[in-house]
Amino acid sequence: MSFHTPESLQEAARAEWARIQSLPQPLKPRDRLSIPMQEMPAQEPLARARNMQEVALGYFEEQARVEAARCLQCKNAPCVQGCPVRISIPRFIAALAEGDPAKAIAVIKETSLLPAVCGRVCPQETQCQEPCTVGKSLKSVEKAVSIGRLERYAADWEREHGAAAAPVVAPPTGKKVAVVGSGPAGITVAADVRRAGHEVVLFEAFHKAGGVLVYGIPEFRLPKAIVRAELDTLKKMGVEIRTNFVVGRTRRITDLIAKDGFDAVFVGSGAGLPKFMEIEGENLVGVYSANEYLTRSNLMRAYDRERAVTPIHAAQRVAVLGGGNVAMDAARTALRLGAKEVHLIYRRTEVEMPARVEEVAHAKEEGVQFHMLQNAKRILGENGKVAGIECLRYELGEPDASGRRRPVEIKGSEFQMGMDAVIVAIGNESNPLIEQTTPGLEVDKWGHIVTDENGRTSLPKVFAGGDIVLGAATVILAMGEGRKAAAAINEMLKG
Amino acid sequence: MNQILSKEQLSQDVYRMRIRAPLIAEERKPGQFIILQLDTEFGERIPLTIADADAKEGSITIIFQAVGKSTKLLARMEEGEKIANLVGPLGRPTHIEKFGTVVCVGGGIGVAPLYPIAQGMKEAGNRLVVVIGARTKELVILEKEMRAIADEVIVCTDDGSYGRKGLVTAPLKELCEGDPKPDLAVAIGPPIMMKFCALTTKPYGVPTVVSLNTIMIDGTGMCGGCRVTVGGKTKFVCVDGPEFDGHQVDFDQMMQRLGSYREQEKIAAAGCNLHNEAVKKGLKE
Ligand SMILES: Cc1cc2nc3c(=O)[nH]c(=O)nc-3n(C[C@H](O)[C@H](O)[C@H](O)COP(=O)(O)OP(=O)(O)OC[C@H]3O[C@@H](n4cnc5c(N)ncnc54)[C@H](O)[C@@H]3O)c2cc1C
Ligand SMILES: Cc1cc2nc3c(=O)[nH]c(=O)nc-3n(C[C@H](O)[C@H](O)[C@H](O)COP(=O)(O)OP(=O)(O)OC[C@H]3O[C@@H](n4cnc5c(N)ncnc54)[C@H](O)[C@@H]3O)c2cc1C
Ligand code: SF4
Ligand code: FES
Repeated sequence: MSFHTPESLQEAARAEWARIQSLPQPLKPRDRLSIPMQEMPAQEPLARARNMQEVALGYFEEQARVEAARCLQCKNAPCVQGCPVRISIPRFIAALAEGDPAKAIAVIKETSLLPAVCGRVCPQETQCQEPCTVGKSLKSVEKAVSIGRLERYAADWEREHGAAAAPVVAPPTGKKVAVVGSGPAGITVAADVRRAGHEVVLFEAFHKAGGVLVYGIPEFRLPKAIVRAELDTLKKMGVEIRTNFVVGRTRRITDLIAKDGFDAVFVGSGAGLPKFMEIEGENLVGVYSANEYLTRSNLMRAYDRERAVTPIHAAQRVAVLGGGNVAMDAARTALRLGAKEVHLIYRRTEVEMPARVEEVAHAKEEGVQFHMLQNAKRILGENGKVAGIECLRYELGEPDASGRRRPVEIKGSEFQMGMDAVIVAIGNESNPLIEQTTPGLEVDKWGHIVTDENGRTSLPKVFAGGDIVLGAATVILAMGEGRKAAAAINEMLKG
Repeated sequence: MNQILSKEQLSQDVYRMRIRAPLIAEERKPGQFIILQLDTEFGERIPLTIADADAKEGSITIIFQAVGKSTKLLARMEEGEKIANLVGPLGRPTHIEKFGTVVCVGGGIGVAPLYPIAQGMKEAGNRLVVVIGARTKELVILEKEMRAIADEVIVCTDDGSYGRKGLVTAPLKELCEGDPKPDLAVAIGPPIMMKFCALTTKPYGVPTVVSLNTIMIDGTGMCGGCRVTVGGKTKFVCVDGPEFDGHQVDFDQMMQRLGSYREQEKIAAAGCNLHNEAVKKGLKE
């Protein structure tokens, strides 16, 4: 894909909009299918690989209207089935096509609380855009209506026009709810429960609220100002945010209920424990979990070398192990911290990568080198520091029970590459802290809290949702779970 | 909250502070620590042991050595000022029970984290022997406090300016050779000292607990930056520790990892008044 400047994209959209106006109205499906998909304007790849500003710049108004005009307004709306929180997609797109972003955002907010975030980070190509009729007709999911970009457009329009009003809060009920963790699950529960008039305290272990949205996903993909705006809305609604509070240590859940008088507790503590490869050399200096690397850069601002106290290695050659969003974020962060070469090493092929398609494309454009069907065998050291990595090559074998072709190693295919840092991004396990300090709270063998479909745990008054229940999942799923649990909490506190 | 109630200099670079933190004071147990940060935007998060606490007053005590950027800034703060962020208590509490005779060995600033443990061991009915080591007389801390609770106190200095001349491992060895030998040793101090204490007790089969002071970021198990190898397995000091079986810890690897950021820390400590100003501004708000 070649790079198109934002100006040229705007120009083309303007011309296209004029063409669309000249067609007989209302447009026929054939006309709609002939409208070209609107590309996301972005910073120039090589320039952006050296700065922390957001990469994707958002649609121009002309582009949003053109893209919205591609939607066929399907009666059965397969896209809605693909959306985990069932946003009324055709309706909000119709509003955008009419040039009414205010109405569009109102429609989205009927079901979603964090559209500016989700529009940026949802894996749309496997959710709403996957079944989209336009993509099916054009035989490529990449040509589906760009629902996510349109969602982002509507949400950004609202924020930039100062049109976001804090939701109305019902009169005080005298009931008190504790929310543990300020990621997307916790934010959602806090908002929905507060709306019903209950007092809400949001507890966060870190010194800043926002969860993975703040310490994990980098600024260049999700500007922190957007997360801050969401948290400010919560504060305006009267939610108390208590940072530096580790539930389980500063206070146990049982004490929050018994001693501090909370009527319900929601646990949204995320998936926190980084997995390592358990290979030789993994504790050498210069080997990081992606969590550590990203936390140093995002939360502790280590990228701001002038002002930040927390150090980060200025590595020249960096290997990143993994193929998910976390791996892409780590690889692209390494470039921005000044690495000359970043090598992404993944055991399967690009098709199997769990990362969002857009992030993979962006990483490649920025110069991250992809090594598919390879895996680290050991990390080589010199004086206790990383000096290189030894990898093995793999090939795809027979399909397994799930139909996926399993990678099998090619014997004797070891080779070495010089590196001065290695970032391990192969996933997270659940943090056991809450479980260990909350007797009677049932968890499964992976340490995920067990809940019913409404987020109820094995303990009365205690609910849970998000990554701590689902394992490492997505923002939208965390939000969806949060909404269900909040509804159940509100129901419980009614009587 | 987080207000400095008192500040006192114990030796050249060592300070004791009482800080208002009612919730932590109520919940903390010996062996646990806090993490503090002096500036929300740009500060680093540093772990310090809770040396003492007063639940009634709602205060905790920390004792720290000004070794680098953040601890030096902290040392410059005065009574009445507030610490931007303070979180805890973190880590697993020390396993305290009646073992019989317990030898507590503290090196340098390690005597501070040792104090609440020694206190706990004494309260549990153990015979308590304390060995305090320091480079020189001026650097001996908490001797009076230790004497008040211990059955026996041995002080050593490297240069012989006070107490016995030599390293803490010498009296530790003698104690292990004694009859009856100690039932438990607890050693806290620089990694090199803990390493040699563990090597000293090993031949005598005296179980030895050490408290590891690795580099940390979150302190809740999220980053893995604090990892060490114990008994061939990777452990996270902040959630699995900070105390471990000294005979199982890979000290050489831990020392290498502690050196991780030495270059950058020197740069941070040397320069950049920008940050100090940012902190001062933060304090006024
Ligand atoms: C680098 C990275 C990139 C990602 N990219 C994407 C993406 O592009 N798209 C997508 O959909 N998803 C992405 N994800 C996944 C997504 O961020 C998570 O699924 C989502 O944030 C989970 O939300 P949550 O509310 O359950 O938990 P989290 O966001 O993890 O928040 C949990 C919060 O709870 C706090 N906490 C934990 N324990 C305690 C305690 N005991 N007391 C108080 N507070 C506590 C934590 O500090 C944290 O702030 C990414 C994840 C990472 C790490
Ligand atoms: C669980 C735990 C409890 C601790 N309790 C105490 C305590 O009660 N009192 C106390 O004074 N210190 C304690 N420490 C050590 C303390 O956290 C460090 O001294 C502090 O983080 C240094 O920060 P700095 O910014 O001032 O120094 P930096 O500028 O970060 O470092 C300055 C110098 O100190 C070295 N250093 C950095 N971190 C450590 C460390 N963790 N241990 C030893 N040397 C280090 C560096 O290599 C460098 O040479 C504890 C550490 C842990 C993990
Ligand atoms: S499936 Fe695609 S074309 Fe049909 S309504 Fe949804 S977005 Fe529009
Ligand atoms: S300090 Fe991050 S896992 Fe221990």
